[in-house]
This record gives sequence, C-alpha cells and structure tokens, in this order.
Amino acid sequence: MNTKFLNRARYSRSLRTPIVICLLCCVVAFMAFTLNDNNLKAAGNKALPLIEKDSIASLKAFNQVYTVLMSARCMNCHPSGNVPLQGDDNHLHTMLPKRGQDGKGLYALKCANCHQPTNTPGLHTPPGNPNWHLPPANMRMVFQGRTPRQLAKQLIDPNQNGHKDMKKLIEHADDGLVLAAWNPGEGRTLPPMSHAAFKKAWLTWLNNGAYAPAK
Amino acid sequence: MITLNINKKTYNIDADPETPLLWVLRDHVGLVGTKFGCGVAQCGACVVHLDGEAVRSCVTRINRAVGKKVVTIEGLSEKNDHPLQKAWLELDVSQCGYCQAGQIMSAAVLLKENKNPTDQDINDAMAGNICRCGTYLRIRDAIHLASELQKKGNAGL
Repeated sequence: MNTKFLNRARYSRSLRTPIVICLLCCVVAFMAFTLNDNNLKAAGNKALPLIEKDSIASLKAFNQVYTVLMSARCMNCHPSGNVPLQGDDNHLHTMLPKRGQDGKGLYALKCANCHQPTNTPGLHTPPGNPNWHLPPANMRMVFQGRTPRQLAKQLIDPNQNGHKDMKKLIEHADDGLVLAAWNPGEGRTLPPMSHAAFKKAWLTWLNNGAYAPAK
Repeated sequence: MITLNINKKTYNIDADPETPLLWVLRDHVGLVGTKFGCGVAQCGACVVHLDGEAVRSCVTRINRAVGKKVVTIEGLSEKNDHPLQKAWLELDVSQCGYCQAGQIMSAAVLLKENKNPTDQDINDAMAGNICRCGTYLRIRDAIHLASELQKKGNAGL
C-alpha cells in the first residue's frame, strides 16, 4: 500500500512540471496575442506603424545613411561650431557668418542675404533654397565629428533631433533642404548616392528598429 | 514690366525678372551709389536693404524684390544725416571709397538690431564686407561713434 502511494506521489510530481510549463506557455501566448492585437488595432487607426525589427538590415542601411550625412552637402550645415562649412574639404565658410539664435545668421550676415530662393547661376556661386539655415542654437544637431553610433542615437532622440518623432523622421527624407543636397549648384560634388537610394536606406534603417552601430 | 519700390518711390522696370537688382538700380534707375564688386556675393560692395535686411544686390533677382521695400545708400536718410554717415565723415573713414556704401548699409542693419554693439558684434556683422584699402579700424570706430550718436537721438556733430 505504502509502495503504491509512493509511486502515485512520484507520478504526480513528475507530471507537475510539464503542466506548469504548459500553463506558463498558454499565459505568454495569450499576452503576446493581446499585445499584437493592440498593435494591429493601433496600426489600423494609423496611430503607430507596426515596426518589424531587424537589426542586421537596420545597421546595414545606417552605414549607407551615415556616408550621406557625413558628406559635404549635409555636414557643411551641421558643423560642430557656430560657423557653417564650405566646400568638399569642409573648410569654414568665408566671411565667418555666425549661426545666430534661430540658425539664420546675424545682423548683416544672415543666410538669406546671399542665399537666394534658388541656386545662383555660375561656378561656386551661392546655392539657394527658400529656407536656407543652420540648425538653431538651442538644437544644434551636429553631424561633424560624430561617430556612426553617436549620430544614430542623436538622430532618433527627440531632445537632439528637433523634436521629431518617427513619423517626422520618415517625412524628413523629403524635406526641402535635404533635397537641396542633390541640387547643390555648379562646382559642388553630390552625396555618394542618389536621393532615392538614400531615402530607401533611411527608411530601412528607421523601419527596422533604428539600431545604432556599436561604435 | 516689374514694379519696384526703391527709396520710397515706385518704378516700373522693363527687365527680365531674373535680372540682378544691382543692374536695375544702376542701369535702369540711375542709382549708382551701390557698387559692383565681385558679382558673386563675396565682397559686400553691393549691399542694399530689402525690407530691412542687408541683401547683396548682385545676386538678388528683381522678382525677389517685388512687393518689398528697397533702400539704397541714396535712400538711407533724407539729408545724408544718418548717424553712420555723420560718423563716417567725422572720422574720415573712406580711402578710395568704393566699398563704403556697402559697409554703411551693412552697419545700418547692425545698429538697427543692436543699439550698443561690441567689437565682437561688429566683427559678426561686418566680416562679409571687404575693404581693399584696409580701413577696417576706422570703420569699427565709426560704428561705435554712430552708436553713440544714435543713443543721443542723432544729436551732435
């Protein structure tokens, strides 16, 4: 009798572990289903995009993004100091115009005093854009000297990227000043890839999780 | 035909909308106080005011000036008595004088926005105006003097 009881007890104990595991799996599956369902509902409401994270694709795309952002056409207006840069060698802008509080220059040296709404004809004449400016003094958005990791983290931080959320970051690929990099005026090199290729890489980086490289 | 407001007068200009404002000022309107220096916005000799901003008229197309107020050195004051003009004469700033209209027009924007500029403020405002005679020190002194005159309601001298 005792032996029978002991065997039954052992049998019960050996069953307990798989039963507990099964129950835990059910709970986890239910939670995952519920969360996923919430995401789908949110996506249906267009409140949040459903992001499928893929760190490998994201990092690979950011490597491309980084080459564009560090090219002269982008970096020259994202300097580490308060004077914009010029030329493919990123030298300080002649005349040393200053950023100013709003990023649009100071006194008689405001950007729009020379930079017209469109490019000025001729070699190395002032490039144009209706909204020509540097980032403002309270949100300098420096590219110059940033490592890939530093820049990636900065780009997705609303406190450092001009208060842009994911939607605005995605839209930024088609910003007028971003597009101006591919219409720089005579005598200036283009970014290392087309705008279409850049936009694809930008979106791939963001939509796959906006991962920051290790360094 | 393009209509421009220059020194508080209205002009109907028969010119291509892409024509630089400097060409129209000098060749169409006859206001030759504004000078051609480099033609590519590098020297500042051609600075005029467009709605109060010190634009370089050699690269500013006239279609940008439509509906705005253009002021040249001839229109800076009614009787050539702007504090800067008085200070310029008092300190005998000009040497050859070619760049001086642009210098004064740039300095006028500085004094409008900063009544009491420091040397650094003057550098920040005037670094884009080149003077091949090297009158920079007198220009700096004249801006400080003009600032004092302006504070006194342009009295004196």
